[in-house]
Amino acid sequence: MTAALIIEQLLNGLQLGVMLFLIAAGLTLIFGVMGFINLAHGSLYMIGAFACAAIAAATGSFWIGLAASLVAAAAAGALMEVAIVRRLYERDHLDQVLATFALILILSEGTRWLFGSFPLYLDIPPLLQGAVPLPGGGQYQLYRLAIIGVGILVAIGLYLLISRTRLGMRIRAGETDREMIAALGVDIRTLYTVVFALGAALAGLAGAMVGALQSVQVGMGEPALILAFVVIVIGGIGSIKGALVGAILVGVVDTMGRFLLPKLVALALPASQATMVGAALASMLIYVVMALILAFRPRGLFAGQG
Amino acid sequence: MAALSRETIANGVLALLLLVVPLLAAASGETFYITLATRIVILALAALGLNIALGLGGLVSFGHAAFFGLGGYVAGILATHAFNGEALLFGLPATTSMPVIWLVAVLLCGLVALPIGAISLRTSGVYFIMITLAFAQMIYYFAVSWPDYGGEDGLSLYVRNTFPGVNTAQPLPYFLICLAVLAAAACLFWLLRGSRFGAALEAARQNTTRLSAVGIAPFRIKLVAFVISAMVTGLAGALFADLNRFVSPSMLSWQMSGELIVLIILGGKGRLFGPIAGAMVYVLFEYALGGITERWQFFLGLVLLGVVLFARGGLLGLVAGRARHG
Repeated sequence: MTAALIIEQLLNGLQLGVMLFLIAAGLTLIFGVMGFINLAHGSLYMIGAFACAAIAAATGSFWIGLAASLVAAAAAGALMEVAIVRRLYERDHLDQVLATFALILILSEGTRWLFGSFPLYLDIPPLLQGAVPLPGGGQYQLYRLAIIGVGILVAIGLYLLISRTRLGMRIRAGETDREMIAALGVDIRTLYTVVFALGAALAGLAGAMVGALQSVQVGMGEPALILAFVVIVIGGIGSIKGALVGAILVGVVDTMGRFLLPKLVALALPASQATMVGAALASMLIYVVMALILAFRPRGLFAGQG
Repeated sequence: MAALSRETIANGVLALLLLVVPLLAAASGETFYITLATRIVILALAALGLNIALGLGGLVSFGHAAFFGLGGYVAGILATHAFNGEALLFGLPATTSMPVIWLVAVLLCGLVALPIGAISLRTSGVYFIMITLAFAQMIYYFAVSWPDYGGEDGLSLYVRNTFPGVNTAQPLPYFLICLAVLAAAACLFWLLRGSRFGAALEAARQNTTRLSAVGIAPFRIKLVAFVISAMVTGLAGALFADLNRFVSPSMLSWQMSGELIVLIILGGKGRLFGPIAGAMVYVLFEYALGGITERWQFFLGLVLLGVVLFARGGLLGLVAGRARHG
C-alpha cells in the first residue's frame, strides 16, 4: 500500500463527495427555504445525465450536452414546482414523501419510455482526457480532477450567491420568515420556483458529469438520492455549509472504508472471510456514521433553525 | 352506536370481499387469484404494522422494510437450516414449523427495533424519516454483501413451511392462515387504539408537551409503539417469504419501505382498514395495469399523485368522509 495509492483513493473520495455536494446542495436549499422533502431530486439528476448523453450524441459535443443538462434539469424542476410541488408546501412531510415518490415512478418510467431500457454512454470530452502525475509516482484521471474543481467552484459560487446577492438575501429571508418577506413585497412564489430550478440545475450538472464516468440509465438517481439524504442529514438540513462538510465526509469515509476495511479485517480473520466481512462492513459504514452523528447531535452537525 | 357509520360499512364490504373472492376462486379452480389475495393480505398486514407507528403515533418510519425483510430472512434461514439438517447458532435446532418461525421473527424484530427506535426517537420530523431509512439501509447492504444466505441473489425455500394440521402447500389453506393472522393483527390494532396506551400515543402524536405535562413520558410510549409496529411488520415478512418461497434483499430495500407507506396513505392513514384498502387497490392495480402495459408504474405514479393532491384522507377517506379524530 503506497502513498500514491492512498492519495488516489482520497481523491476518489473527494470526487464522490463533490458530486454528492452538487446533489445535496439543492436538496438542502429546497428543504431550508420551502420546508419541502423532495424524493424526486434524484430524478432531476437522472434527467441531467440523459439530457447530456442524448444531446452530446446528437451534436457530438460534450459541452453542448452539459449546457443542455443544466437547461433540461432546471426546466424540469421549475415545471415540477409550478405544477405539483407548490400545492404541497403547507402539507405534512408524509404527503410530500408520497407525492415525490409518485413523481419518481412517473419520471423513471417516462424516461424508460423515451430512451428505452438500455443504458446510454457518454465519453469524456477530449479536452479532459488523459491523466496527471501524482506525488509518489501514481497517475490520476484529469476528468475526475476537473469534477473536483467544478464542485469547489460551485461551492464558492453558492456561498457568494447566498451571502452577497439580493437573491441570496431573499433566500435567507425566506428561510427565516416567509410571511414577513411576503409582506415586504417580495414575490415569494417566484422565489420558490427560482430556488427549486436552481437546485434542480445543480443536480442535473452532477448527473451530466457523472454520466461520463458511469453508464447513464434509469434508476441511477435513487442511490445518489439516498446518499444525498445521508449527507444533508449529517450536515444539518437546510445548511449549505453542512451539505459541503457532510458530502466530503460521506465521500471520503465511503471510499476509504471500501479500500481499507477489507485490509483491516484481514489482520484478524483468514483472507477468504476477510474480503467478505470487510466489504459488508464497508457498505454499511456511512449509515453507521450517520446513525452515530444523529444519536449525539439529533439535528446534524450544522443545525439550522429549520 | 345507533347507525353504522359509512366507514364501518366500507370496512365490512372490504372484509367480505377479502374472504369471499378467494373462496369463489377456489371453487372455480382459479388458484392464481388466491395467491393474489394472499399477497394482498400479507402486504396489508405489513402496512397495518407500520400504521401503528405511522398512523397512531405519527412516527413516519421510512425503514420498515428492515423488519419486513428480517421476518422474511428468519423464515428463509430457519427453513434452509432445517432442510439441510444443520443446527443454528449455539447448536439450536432449526425448524419448518410456522408458529415457531413466527415467534422467532416477531421476537427478533422486537429486539432489533428496540435499539433502532431508541436511537431514532431522539430525533423527530425529517430526521426521524431519514435515520430510520439509514438503519434499514445498513441491514439491506449487510444482506446484499453477506454471501452465506444468497447475498444479492436471495434465498429460496425448497418447500413452504408447515403449520400443524394444515396443508400449507395448497393455496387456499395458506390464504386462510394469513387471513387469520391479519384478523388477529387488526384486533390488536383496534384494541391498542381504544386503550389507555392508544390514547397516550394519540396525545404523543398531537402534542408531546401536553402529554409530558400530565406526567406521561412520550419517549416510552412512542418506543413501545415503534417496537410493536416492527413486530407486526416482521410477522408479515415471514408470511411473505413463505408465500413466494423466496427471500431477497429487495424485501429490505427502501422501495419496499416506500411501498408500505404508499399502502397506508392510499387507504387512509390511522384507519383500521386503511392498509387493507390500500393493499387491495395497489395489488389489483399492479395486476390489472401490468396486464395492459409494461409502463404500469407510470400510471401508478399518476394515481398516487392524484390521491395525495385530491383525496387527502386516502380512499377510505373518500368513501367515509374525514376522520372524526385527527
